[in-house]
Amino acid sequence: MIRFPSRLLVVSPVAFGLAAILTMISMPLNAADQPMVKIENFAFTPAVLTVKQGTAVTFENDDDIPHLAVANDGSFRSKALDTGDTYAFTFNKVGDYAYFCGLHPHMQGRITVAP
Amino acid sequence: MTHHHDNQADGISRRHALECMIWAGTGVLWTISAGVPVSLSLLGAAQAAEALATGFTFLQISDSHIGFDKAANPHAIDTLKEAMGKIQALPQKPAFMIHTGDITHLSKAAQFDNAAQIIGGAGFDVHYVPGEHDLIDDGNGQAYLDRYGKGTKGAGWYSFDQNGVHFIGLVNVVNLKAGGLGNLGADQLAWLADDLKAVTASTPIVVFAHIPLWAVYPEWGWGTDDAAQALALLKRFGSVTVLNGHIHQIMQKVEGNVTFHTARSTAFPQPAPGTAASPGPMTVPAGQLRSLLGTSSVTVKQGGQDLAIIDSTLA
Repeated sequence: MIRFPSRLLVVSPVAFGLAAILTMISMPLNAADQPMVKIENFAFTPAVLTVKQGTAVTFENDDDIPHLAVANDGSFRSKALDTGDTYAFTFNKVGDYAYFCGLHPHMQGRITVAP
Repeated sequence: MTHHHDNQADGISRRHALECMIWAGTGVLWTISAGVPVSLSLLGAAQAAEALATGFTFLQISDSHIGFDKAANPHAIDTLKEAMGKIQALPQKPAFMIHTGDITHLSKAAQFDNAAQIIGGAGFDVHYVPGEHDLIDDGNGQAYLDRYGKGTKGAGWYSFDQNGVHFIGLVNVVNLKAGGLGNLGADQLAWLADDLKAVTASTPIVVFAHIPLWAVYPEWGWGTDDAAQALALLKRFGSVTVLNGHIHQIMQKVEGNVTFHTARSTAFPQPAPGTAASPGPMTVPAGQLRSLLGTSSVTVKQGGQDLAIIDSTLA
């Protein structure tokens, strides 16, 4: 009698986790036209993103601290994004774009632009 | 070899430790005792009184983040005012102040103006170095240099001498590299080497910069990539004190002739390394902010005489 509810407690987070994963998998499909990189908890999410050539990617800062997105090769650089601010960049050239936060350079991400 | 904690052979009473922890919320008061900079929280009350009477003191504040209005402290401007009020009320006035960066939150003109009015209103000389939050104006740092760059080199570094102590303000928040930490850069290191040429090895050195010059927690960017090169230049000096901000909590480490110390923020606390999902502002229940700012990370070790250090090298 005691074990049964405790087992439920173990199972339910897994179910929630599965639901969350399923939601995450479905998100890029819905957002294919407007891909977004969220900045939260000092991390770019998703950290790796693949888009089609000519796609605009929007960076949105959800932290209480400003961040900015800077391409390692200098091909783009946002202004400092305060909480809720966004920055969009259109990727017209095929290639791999590594980027980082100009204020917190340990924060890194990559956008792959496919033809 | 003189260690800073030689001055506290009598130990720290619980009452004194609590007083110091409360004080730590507003600033760190430093004094020169026997040629060695010592935080007053490390001194017994009698020694502190003697040092105040015979030496000179300077005060460090940091990370005022004027313009910050989020949940962790909607009134960062008020807590800076409170801090300055306490400094002005000190019975023994410090000779000057240093501000170790993040004066503003977003480098806006009004934020710089408010900070200058509140900090400058106390009437002390203030020596600034920028934090990364002070360099995000449209001119990539021009707003800071226009206000505080007079007499400085490069991105705002400089040195000065006071009461036989050589002070060096360094800038480690420009030209940050992908995947890296704080950065001094070759130009600044060359200037530092040149600056130190005329300084005798017996001169106490105080270095101040925004980001810690030791690896507090590289996973959160709390360190400086080329700090080792700067510290190598400081090896021949008998007493080196390194004062930083950025991490919004007190940490201290002694390594050979070098004492490292970080100051609290006057705006909001940040979590201890690795204890939260990110180093972002730590929101505490209403009414606890000030007490947490004043007491969170300073620990007087039982049986030991020095401040407890959270060792952040996770190698």
